[in-house]
Amino acid sequence: MKISIACLSPAGRLGVGLLLASLAFPVAAQERPVAFVNAVVHPVAGGGKDVPPIERGYVVVQGGKIKDVGAMPASFTPPAGATVIDCAGKTIIPGLVDTHNHIGGIGAADSSATIQPGVRVSDSVNPFDSGFRRAVSGGLTTLNIMPGSGHLLSGQTIYVKLRMKDGKPARTVEDLAVRALEDDTRGWKAGEIMGGIKMANGTNPMRDPPFAGTRGKAAAMVREQYIKAQEYREKWEQYDAKVAAAKDDEARAKVQRPAVDLNMEALGEVLKGKRIVHHHTHRADDIATVLRLARDFRYRVVLHHVSEAWKVAEEIKKAQDEGIVLGCSVILIDSPGGKLEAADLIMRTGAALQAAGAQFSYHTDDWITDVRLFLRMAALGVRNGVTEAMAIRSLTLSGAEQLDLQSRVGSLEPGKDADLVVLSGKPFSVYTKVEQTWVEGQKVFDRSIPEHRLYQTGGYGAGHDQQPYFCCYGQ
Amino acid sequence: MLLSRLAAALVLIGSVAAHASAQNLAIKGGRVHLGTGASIENGIVIIRDGKIAAVGKAADVPVPDGVRVLEAAVVTPGLVDVRGTLGVSGLYNTKHDSDQIENSAPMQPELRAIDAYNPQDRLVPYARSYGITTANTGNAPGQLISGQTLAVKTVGNTVDAALVRSPTLIVANLGPAALESGGKSPGTRGKQVAMLREELIKAREYRDRRAKAAAKPAPGVESDAGGSDDKSSSRAPDRNLRLEALADVLDQKVPLAITANRAQDIESALRLAEEFGFRLVLDMAAEAYLLTDKIKAANEGRGADVLLHPSMYRAVGETENQSFETAAVLRKAGIRFAIQSGYEAYVPKTRIVLFEAAIAAAHGLTFEEALSSITLDAARILGIEQRVGSLEVGKDGDVALYSGDPFEYTTRCVGVVIEGRVVSEEPS
Repeated sequence: MKISIACLSPAGRLGVGLLLASLAFPVAAQERPVAFVNAVVHPVAGGGKDVPPIERGYVVVQGGKIKDVGAMPASFTPPAGATVIDCAGKTIIPGLVDTHNHIGGIGAADSSATIQPGVRVSDSVNPFDSGFRRAVSGGLTTLNIMPGSGHLLSGQTIYVKLRMKDGKPARTVEDLAVRALEDDTRGWKAGEIMGGIKMANGTNPMRDPPFAGTRGKAAAMVREQYIKAQEYREKWEQYDAKVAAAKDDEARAKVQRPAVDLNMEALGEVLKGKRIVHHHTHRADDIATVLRLARDFRYRVVLHHVSEAWKVAEEIKKAQDEGIVLGCSVILIDSPGGKLEAADLIMRTGAALQAAGAQFSYHTDDWITDVRLFLRMAALGVRNGVTEAMAIRSLTLSGAEQLDLQSRVGSLEPGKDADLVVLSGKPFSVYTKVEQTWVEGQKVFDRSIPEHRLYQTGGYGAGHDQQPYFCCYGQ
Repeated sequence: MLLSRLAAALVLIGSVAAHASAQNLAIKGGRVHLGTGASIENGIVIIRDGKIAAVGKAADVPVPDGVRVLEAAVVTPGLVDVRGTLGVSGLYNTKHDSDQIENSAPMQPELRAIDAYNPQDRLVPYARSYGITTANTGNAPGQLISGQTLAVKTVGNTVDAALVRSPTLIVANLGPAALESGGKSPGTRGKQVAMLREELIKAREYRDRRAKAAAKPAPGVESDAGGSDDKSSSRAPDRNLRLEALADVLDQKVPLAITANRAQDIESALRLAEEFGFRLVLDMAAEAYLLTDKIKAANEGRGADVLLHPSMYRAVGETENQSFETAAVLRKAGIRFAIQSGYEAYVPKTRIVLFEAAIAAAHGLTFEEALSSITLDAARILGIEQRVGSLEVGKDGDVALYSGDPFEYTTRCVGVVIEGRVVSEEPS
């Protein structure tokens, strides 16, 4: 095992090969086409910024992918053998992408250190957590599950799709995971489970040693670790160069191999731009610190929560233009405060970012806000000046862009995953209900099924873990 | 004649003075919801000297000369938040602005909210900007008996200026949130009830001794000061603030609001009310839908009012089974309720009852029912319906103005009036 790892390039040191061997791509079972017709369709296509909805449109999905989207012709002929779902009076939007949540009973970094990049949240997800059932009832289809903000760096996040597996909600983290489709230049290997890194600054991670006690100390501790990661990377590059230059096996065997360090491996993935930093940050000065660190170490970052982004929207846009910031992932809370750094949180943050031309999404931070009410958050954005088209984008494509998944999810365009939500009415009305949620061409939520509805409205048993499926037990 | 002219002039001066304090207004609404369940299309509300002087169709009710006219698509009574911690649990959530819970003893019914309410907290105008004009606020859940609440207007620089009524409730808490650990009591649900019963029995004896002493002729009472051994049971007991507060509960002068989420805790609250005969108000009551019959039968068949948890309260722990539809279930069962903003230890530091009622309106309540749950029914439960809760002649001129259906996410609150004064105009 050790020998074989030594022969791999740095990216392969962590057993990606084993992952590849054990995975089966979640191939959608749905082969028969499904045609959703007569709906108001918000495709969020072509960048989605000012695209008006299709007033009477259709969406055809097959094989887990979007096949076709368009306006209903006078005589619409569904594909042969298609199941046709009449959505007259309903609205169809892409499946919602939540760039920041904590469902699944997760826990990553512990209290032993404030920077723990080697810890993976994926090793703690409980797929039976009722939060997943609530999430699909709110129209969520893609999530970034994150560890908490009590550390400067609390571990690796995981991107998941709330898909079906063998006719049931996915029951393992492997089946929930979003995997890289192919080897890419950022360093993802085909089949690898994708995710980012969670960082935080401001008051949440300030604690007694070994944690940081001040903002200055916090930044110093982060810099120290990224400098170490740079040195670690150089060591491995030197090793690889020596191995490559070695004349024969004997010479190769003599090259001293550096020790593998999981923390440094993960930070290396950040420095390469493979893992996006998802950075909890509230106050304007803390946002500026995130930008400073990201510029110094050239990593890509999404600014999360950003209570005071409205004060520094231009600076954020500048960092976005430099390729440092992918966007802001905004949370709206029903009142400001609750802690000092959220005292100036306002409902107009989205509008301020939109005005500055800065990319932004919303997130639930469930359980801070409820996954069932994700549409509500963007609606509050609309209440405070965000355009409706941008608000829908902020729940879908903008989030996908912040996870490097915009080629796969976030809009209704042919070839993308067939993730969509059927709403009973206008997207931003309090009276509108999520009626159906589809992921990769399969229905994962249907309000007309009482067991599903329970999770949407709440009620006795809605808070318990989902019952496991004992298929065929005793038969 | 001269005299009567003089009197008329004086009256005029009086009304001019009232004008100067700007407590006269006319408010027109495309629809005016009265809070009583009724509404008027193209309606108008006339406020004179801070009180509602007329309500009717705009076509029928003339606007008095020189009175400022406000207009909005929808007009409602100023909203009443039936239970929260506004101005007591402050925006910054530091020890300097957090007075909602005192942890030195499990039962302190004597703690008055009037001694804690800070009308200057930034969250007060924030809540007001959404139309909340009256807030019942004070001690939060978290101890067996945490103290009292009071009702204030969301305006005024001092608590005295804001005060509507104090106390409105004494608040108790059954279930895990009010348990102690490390060997301190109460450590179990059984102990919680035992401690409450013991204290209520003490309060009953205290009240009875006090009543007996008051009924007895006065002579001779002072002579006891000489240190005689006469421990006459007719002697007035030493004053005890704690037992005085509970005696008021037993005398039904103040309701006992018991925070209870799990069905078993709600049942314990009902059992206590039956044993001691106080007026029970159920607080939060996440699983109330499991025992509506019992709640309806409480308080000698009058039913226990429910201060229902915020619709969007987090469904975790003892509230994991809460439902968006509980308000509709209570309505159907004929149980009076009001939707509260509640207490939040973190964020959002205060919830907004307008938002919470909106969710109930989308889950089985009619518009008018949802509105009543944050206006007239809330006022009735608190016993302040003579002053607030509906747009009726003689009540305080507290009005909220909206750009459309107040419950819609994208509607804005475009004006708030308290006692005839415009207190918020920036759209929220």
